[in-house]
Amino acid sequence: MRNFTDRDWRGTTALTLFAAAAAMPTQALAAWEPTKTVEFIVPAGTGGGADQMARIIQGIIAKNKLMKEPMVVVNKAGGAGAEGFLDVKESKGDPHKIIITLSNLFTTPLATNTPFNWRDLTPVQMMALDNFVLWVNAETPYKTPTEYLAAVKAGGGKFKMGGTGSKQEDQIITVAIEKQTGAKFIYISYRGGGEVAVQLVGKHVDSTVNNPIEAVAQWRAGSLRPLCVFDAKRMPYKTKITKTMSWYDIPPCKDTGLDVEYLMLRGIFMPGGVTEEHKQYYVDLLKKVRETPDWKSFLEQGAFNQTTLTGKEYEAWVAREEARHILLMREAGFLAK
Amino acid sequence: MEEINALLQGFGVALSPLNLLLMFVGVVLGIIIGVLPGLGGANGVAILLPLTFSMAQQPGGTTSAIILLSCIYWGALFGGAITSILFNIPGEPWSVATTFDGHPLAQLGRAGSALTAAFTSSFIGALIAVIMITFLSPVVAGFALRFGPPEFFSVYLLTFCAFVGMSGGNAAKTIASMMIGFALAAVGLDSVTGTLRLTFGFTSLLKGFDFLIAVIGLFGIGEILETLEEGLAFKGASARINFKVVLETWKELPRYWATSLRSAAVGCFMGIVPGGATPASFMSYGLARRLSKDGNDFGSGKVEGVVAPETAAHAAGTSALLPMITLGVPGSPTAAVLLGGLLIWGLQPGPLLFVEKPDFVWGLIASMYLGNIAGLIVVLTCVPLFAAILRIPFSIIAPVIIVICAIGAYTVHNSMFDVYLMVAFGVLGYAFKKLGYPLAPLVLALVLGDRAEENFRNAIKGSQGDLLVFFSNGLVGGLTSLALLLLFWPFIRAGWRMVLGKS
Repeated sequence: MRNFTDRDWRGTTALTLFAAAAAMPTQALAAWEPTKTVEFIVPAGTGGGADQMARIIQGIIAKNKLMKEPMVVVNKAGGAGAEGFLDVKESKGDPHKIIITLSNLFTTPLATNTPFNWRDLTPVQMMALDNFVLWVNAETPYKTPTEYLAAVKAGGGKFKMGGTGSKQEDQIITVAIEKQTGAKFIYISYRGGGEVAVQLVGKHVDSTVNNPIEAVAQWRAGSLRPLCVFDAKRMPYKTKITKTMSWYDIPPCKDTGLDVEYLMLRGIFMPGGVTEEHKQYYVDLLKKVRETPDWKSFLEQGAFNQTTLTGKEYEAWVAREEARHILLMREAGFLAK
Repeated sequence: MEEINALLQGFGVALSPLNLLLMFVGVVLGIIIGVLPGLGGANGVAILLPLTFSMAQQPGGTTSAIILLSCIYWGALFGGAITSILFNIPGEPWSVATTFDGHPLAQLGRAGSALTAAFTSSFIGALIAVIMITFLSPVVAGFALRFGPPEFFSVYLLTFCAFVGMSGGNAAKTIASMMIGFALAAVGLDSVTGTLRLTFGFTSLLKGFDFLIAVIGLFGIGEILETLEEGLAFKGASARINFKVVLETWKELPRYWATSLRSAAVGCFMGIVPGGATPASFMSYGLARRLSKDGNDFGSGKVEGVVAPETAAHAAGTSALLPMITLGVPGSPTAAVLLGGLLIWGLQPGPLLFVEKPDFVWGLIASMYLGNIAGLIVVLTCVPLFAAILRIPFSIIAPVIIVICAIGAYTVHNSMFDVYLMVAFGVLGYAFKKLGYPLAPLVLALVLGDRAEENFRNAIKGSQGDLLVFFSNGLVGGLTSLALLLLFWPFIRAGWRMVLGKS
């Protein structure tokens, strides 16, 4: 199948010549396509943000018949996602496997010393970036990050920040806030973002840095209050979520004097050692996915940052982000010894 | 009552021919998924989720989609009991406790009774939970908000104490078995510090020991090894396989009304909190053993020992959907996938879902009634068929079971290593039985150890080292005290008797 060029088959026997000639027209017309079921690895549990995105991609592909072969989503969440990444690393050259990543692409190998790195994989496409918002319980008096952080400082280290996982994105943001402002939190780790939001409603923690989609239901119900978003600019979604506010109305943290920025990668990778042709197939496929109205409404629902990158730019972005994580995690003392 | 009106409207939505068809399809699929160990309700629902994606875009389609998926869930809840009873292989984590008396019953030739009792109790548990959801959801939904790390830990502590405190047999062996379970549960990622532990550099260990693989090995393979030794035949092959057994068992069941009600209460509580169906089934079995007149004979094949865990598991599984709908917090792995489904279909689970999408919510609640009735009909008519499986010669069925176990173990993580692990657990299970160590404490510690530890450490972290956090309010204090009371009950009772001078 691979790379039959004119010169390759010209001198061969009649039989192979016939076979190659038969294969030629399809070669010339269509590029590589999957020839068996494609495995879509999610290095996180069922029901979480990465899992939702993977399943919606799978659903859009199935609904619009964008691929001839079926696609199955496989969750490999063990060891903070290391199980999934190692599986893809070991599948070198396999074009029937893709993986969706979250920040654990960087944090897991750094925090646990598990032997993998994004360079073991082939970057295909950045689908979106996930936002983080600083939330407090709506019954508290804090209306701005400044007010809240002043209270945290005055509280003498008794304030609790709830987040998903340990030494991962939520805790990294927490440490970044601490470094910025001198405030001190007790960080309490939970298993999932929805659980974190409810713990804040129940006042078992004082604040969270939930992704929009994890906390939106509680915000609409009037139980939570967003203080700021950890992005350089406002989220572009102007549809009112509560009576008075839209995602757009949440100020960037930077503008309120809290100079912390953090966005989480929602990107697709393939195993290492695949050809350019394999990669191009998935880039085109995902382009079709991104053009569907279903995808657009999903992005709006989750208030995602709509940056998408591919090719060299994507690689450069991932490399920059890795360097930043090493820096952040070293400062926080999260690097494995 | 506005709930009744809303529910009747819900029935109107759920009773369309298409939805009824989907209900039966879902239940049958769910039963198959529940029977196959390893596949599990969560995986089954996740596999079908993308199919519902286009379905949900038709008008009223989200209701049809959730009916299909939730009926798979009910089916899996029913199906998990079948292999537990017939072959001592729990198809789902929450059916482990069903094996304790269900399998001995099958060995006594009463597989039909055990199955009927399991299915009927499941149904009753679900029914009580749905009635609670229908009328009390606004009240109980808020209850879950009171649960932080200390409260969760006290719930797990209560489960351990209810199950272990008064277990018969050698206390030292019980503790040894439980500690092995805790040690196994600790392997892999330590979720509080985010570092790996006890993996000794082996990457295959970093995902830890999965509960399902351990259970398939310990119970399933262990059982086969034991049967091999004892003469290559299933006991209980003489099981009666006509439908009369269903009616006879039904006559017996009302006797256990107290156990049923208690188990349903335990199940509803654990579902709402959400603590999960597996601890609910263990806790309720432990309580039944302690409080029933025949408690000492539990484990030798008592119908009551099947009623307790099945009622609780199904009540918990059903009421777990309440925190999912009202708070967006899944009470079980399957509920987590359903939650993802709601988001994908553009519905936002949370406090406002009842107000904004009453058709969907009440359609779902109505389908809980109908789906469970459909499930009960399907499984009960199959009781003679299931019981007849035991008549297949051991030499034919044993290899089939081993293959199904191996596939099940492989399916959990798509990993061959897990199949070897399952065999190792099988040998361990056999050794445990020969040496008279109980398996249940190991399994319980393996399934709950992680969560109990995590919540204990988070609670202590939050209180900055103060152990009194477990008595800091009425709720957590009450739960912890109850747990300690159950744990030390034998001593307390002995002390009481000494005071009274009755030896």
